[in-house]
Amino acid sequence: MNIILFTIIVLVAVGIVSAVILYFVAQKFKVYEDPRIDTVSEALPAANCGGCGYAGCRNFAEALVKADDISPMFCPVGGNTVMMTVAQILGQTVDAQNPLVAVVRCSGSVEHRPRTSVYDGASSCAIQHVLYTGDTDCPYGCLGCGDCVVSCKFDALSMNPATGLPVVNDANCTACGACVKACPRSIIELRRKDRKDRKIFVSCINKDKGGIARKYCAVACIGCSKCFRVCTFDAVKMENNLAYIDSKACKMCRKCMPECSTRSILELNFPPRKATPPAPERETAAPAEA
Amino acid sequence: MLKTFPKGGVHPPENKFTSGKPIEVLPLPAMVTIPLSQHIGAPSTARVKAGDTVKTGQVIADSTGFVSANVHSSVSGKVKKVDAFPDASGYRRMAVQIAVEGDEWEDGIDTSEVLKTEITGNTEEITGKITAAGIVGLGGATFPAHVKLSVPPGKKAEMIVINGVECEPYLTCDHRLMLEKGPEIIVGIRILMKALNVNRAIAGVENNKPDAIANLQKYAAAYPEIEICPLKVKYPQGGEKQLIKAVTGREVPSGKIPVDVGVVPFNIATVFAVYEAVQKNKPLLERVVTVTGKGLSRPSNFRVRIGTSVNSLIEAAGGMPETTGKIVSGGPMMGKALGSTDIPTTKGCSGILLMDDREARRKPARTCIRCAKCVSVCPMGLEPFLLMPLAEQQWYDRAEAERAADCIECGSCSYTCPSTRPLLDYIRLGKAAVLKNIRARAMAK
Repeated sequence: MNIILFTIIVLVAVGIVSAVILYFVAQKFKVYEDPRIDTVSEALPAANCGGCGYAGCRNFAEALVKADDISPMFCPVGGNTVMMTVAQILGQTVDAQNPLVAVVRCSGSVEHRPRTSVYDGASSCAIQHVLYTGDTDCPYGCLGCGDCVVSCKFDALSMNPATGLPVVNDANCTACGACVKACPRSIIELRRKDRKDRKIFVSCINKDKGGIARKYCAVACIGCSKCFRVCTFDAVKMENNLAYIDSKACKMCRKCMPECSTRSILELNFPPRKATPPAPERETAAPAEA
Repeated sequence: MLKTFPKGGVHPPENKFTSGKPIEVLPLPAMVTIPLSQHIGAPSTARVKAGDTVKTGQVIADSTGFVSANVHSSVSGKVKKVDAFPDASGYRRMAVQIAVEGDEWEDGIDTSEVLKTEITGNTEEITGKITAAGIVGLGGATFPAHVKLSVPPGKKAEMIVINGVECEPYLTCDHRLMLEKGPEIIVGIRILMKALNVNRAIAGVENNKPDAIANLQKYAAAYPEIEICPLKVKYPQGGEKQLIKAVTGREVPSGKIPVDVGVVPFNIATVFAVYEAVQKNKPLLERVVTVTGKGLSRPSNFRVRIGTSVNSLIEAAGGMPETTGKIVSGGPMMGKALGSTDIPTTKGCSGILLMDDREARRKPARTCIRCAKCVSVCPMGLEPFLLMPLAEQQWYDRAEAERAADCIECGSCSYTCPSTRPLLDYIRLGKAAVLKNIRARAMAK
């Protein structure tokens, strides 16, 4: 009986002494953490995708709380609603930003861009890109190993086996930019998301001269500048034999698309055109319909 | 016991079909395309323009820095175009296309085969001639030779090591050179010794070329400072760090270059090019290329003018067999598979290998079984099985700590892997990223 009693007394005594020591130690080494960090980090989507440029949501929350002005910071996954909430917590204001969406700027499907060699190395675009121009000769086009698909944490990218090109699921895409970084050829671009997911863009980044680009791929931009001339909003830019439609300036008038002789300008999710002029048929799988 | 490097290495089937075939001079092609970047370092800038007439041996592009090299016309004729042409990787790089008309050489070049043993001129004159001749390392790395000749201040060259190893299977271009140009090579070694002011040279030759060893030993007998060192056959003995360890016992530390241990290495073909440049005033405009493969009807060693299309080489060797599955520029271990044969031969191209379909095909990669075969064959003492996932997961700081930058890309790990994992493919990617990080840090300092 005594043994049990002594044990209890000793243990309780040790416990009390430890508690007192721990109390003072805790006081001495107390780390103050802004309670707002917890609140902000709860408001963030907890996707830890790194799309904001920070290692994870917690890091981003710390940076947000520390920042004097949060307007240049943006969480692409949470979008405007999350940023508004965060601004409210921190007593700041942010302007609504246009949501973005990933767009694959290559239409070199098997039928348009014949395969000239067989690549049987490691299934990685980064490796193939370092080794050679790829199994089609195009030094700019999609290599089709799916590094972008691997990098996507939101299930927004998949390879279309029929075309060999990645397809973006607009509903899932959060514009975190992981695929943009993963693509060794910088084919994927984050473009402004328009109503009803409408898009019009040059689906090619080949900077070679027209004749050479055409040799690799039937739907390459040959830099003929027809779209540039027809655009009334200065949205089309010509550089290095390549047209580029600036999504910020583009008013979606759709004048450029029928002009494109190689059908490298894509328009997606638009209602069908009215009769004239007959737009050239485009049968490749549209990258945005998933 | 024959000398060799101590760590790792493999011994793939040698398949040296062409070792008995004398070097043939390939007839002049109708057109050559001479890339302006055939060396490590800054690309040269073209000195000629479309419509110009050039002579064989004339400089067509000037080097644009210390680590760069002149490019010479390998033929005489008219410049057709100065434009971007696909190189071995398919990417377009600047090149000069020349339509061949006759074969008129630049004045002052001695085209005779007469051996000239007397070395005139001092160190500066020799280095100047080598720089002007645009000589680069012909073993494959294409490092400009004149850079090696200028030893950085504070370091001292004590000896030169000549690489006559030719450890790659199939290739025999260096072997033939050692057999046919023995006296010239010895003169070349003496020139390099004079240029570097050293009094010792060791040439390492693998023991599967006894005739080459005997030939070089015969001509080197008069010069006690030149030693011909037979080596045990093991790949990758031709790697500079492995060769130096094998013949001198000195180890080049990680992140250092051979001259840090007092050694300057040269390839045997480079030595021959040095002889021609210094004694004959002949710039680097042709080289020996082995065209080989199991299916080829006439595998041969050709002396080829730089810029000749790979197509014409394959034609001269009997045409492409139906069963060809892969065409490799260089040897089977370190060579590069070509996407197209319509590309020019360059200074660094030691062989064209046609592999048949079955030989070429890579087996699907399976999971790592942790057998550590890759660790035991790695000549640099690395752990390829670990470096591969580090590169795959882009864990570059860890890859750096595991010394990914020391990889010599010999491919022994991929060759030996029983799960046929693409080890080197990923390690090469990781190594490039690690080197980039190291350079970025150095820049920031």
